[in-house]
Amino acid sequence: MPKVVIDELRCKGCGLCTTACPHGLIRMSDKLNRQGFLPAVISDEDQEKCVSCAMCARICPDVAITIFKKVNIA
Amino acid sequence: MSSALQQVFAHPVSLKDVQTHFCPGCQHGTIHRLVAEAMDQFGVQDRTIGVASVGCSVFLYGYFDIDVVEAPHGRAPAVATGVKRACPDKFVFTYQGDGDLAAIGTSEIIHAANRGEGMTVFFVNNTTYGMTGGQMAPTTLPSQKTSTSPYGRNVANDGYPIRMAELLAQLEGVAYSARVAVNTPKNVVQAGRVVKQAFETQIQGRGFSFVEVLSACPTNWGMDPLTANARVAEEMIPYFPLATFKDTSAA
Repeated sequence: MPKVVIDELRCKGCGLCTTACPHGLIRMSDKLNRQGFLPAVISDEDQEKCVSCAMCARICPDVAITIFKKVNIA
Repeated sequence: MSSALQQVFAHPVSLKDVQTHFCPGCQHGTIHRLVAEAMDQFGVQDRTIGVASVGCSVFLYGYFDIDVVEAPHGRAPAVATGVKRACPDKFVFTYQGDGDLAAIGTSEIIHAANRGEGMTVFFVNNTTYGMTGGQMAPTTLPSQKTSTSPYGRNVANDGYPIRMAELLAQLEGVAYSARVAVNTPKNVVQAGRVVKQAFETQIQGRGFSFVEVLSACPTNWGMDPLTANARVAEEMIPYFPLATFKDTSAA
């Protein structure tokens, strides 16, 4: 399951999340969304590298990003 | 031992799950989220009354899941005074832009602050009139080009940008006054703390609280969102320093 969930329909393609991610994992898609913006995307390999710091979600002006963190359960 | 995924960042409950009309890169959305998160944290959503100003911020009644009164241009602090005096048990805030608060509403904000009305004011400073097409505002920086200062703001003719957070901190009635920015994740976290301090000021009944937030307006600055965001750090923060200018709880 992904740690970074980007709501593609909510994203306006401002790109602020790409500068906020300390590992540079988020990039802009080359496919337009339904609103006509190029939304932010993260690949499956980069999902694995994500540390769930939520920097991208904090800076997102459209609250389009939800973050999950892997926790150990007994 | 196995692992599971736990949600660590979610949409605030007090903010409606709807698409906003804001332009790409406009930080009104970030500021809305911080205010909604504070409402969630203090559990005041069901007793909050917002007062909307005129400008891009006007549509907050469609975005916050609370009751809202719409005020005439600049008069949000006057309307909020009435709301707070009639319903002192409610949490009352205004959310205003710089054209609204620092130009047409200067009289209302100064007198509401000076009377120490128990409300909270969120002031979004983007150095321009956003909704009407990027005209020069009282907060427009020296030499900044706008649609009504095409050669740049000339301070000899137009005066200097007003530093509202410092100005209001001088008034006895003001219990809390601070300026924050939301251009980096670090500043967003700090802004969230300051918004919560302002909420606490009102909840404890200590008086008037004021938070100025520096925000980008990519459309009217004629910049892409990333360049506009960089301008906040390069040009705005040196003129509008980020600090807490008054906090009566610290005294």
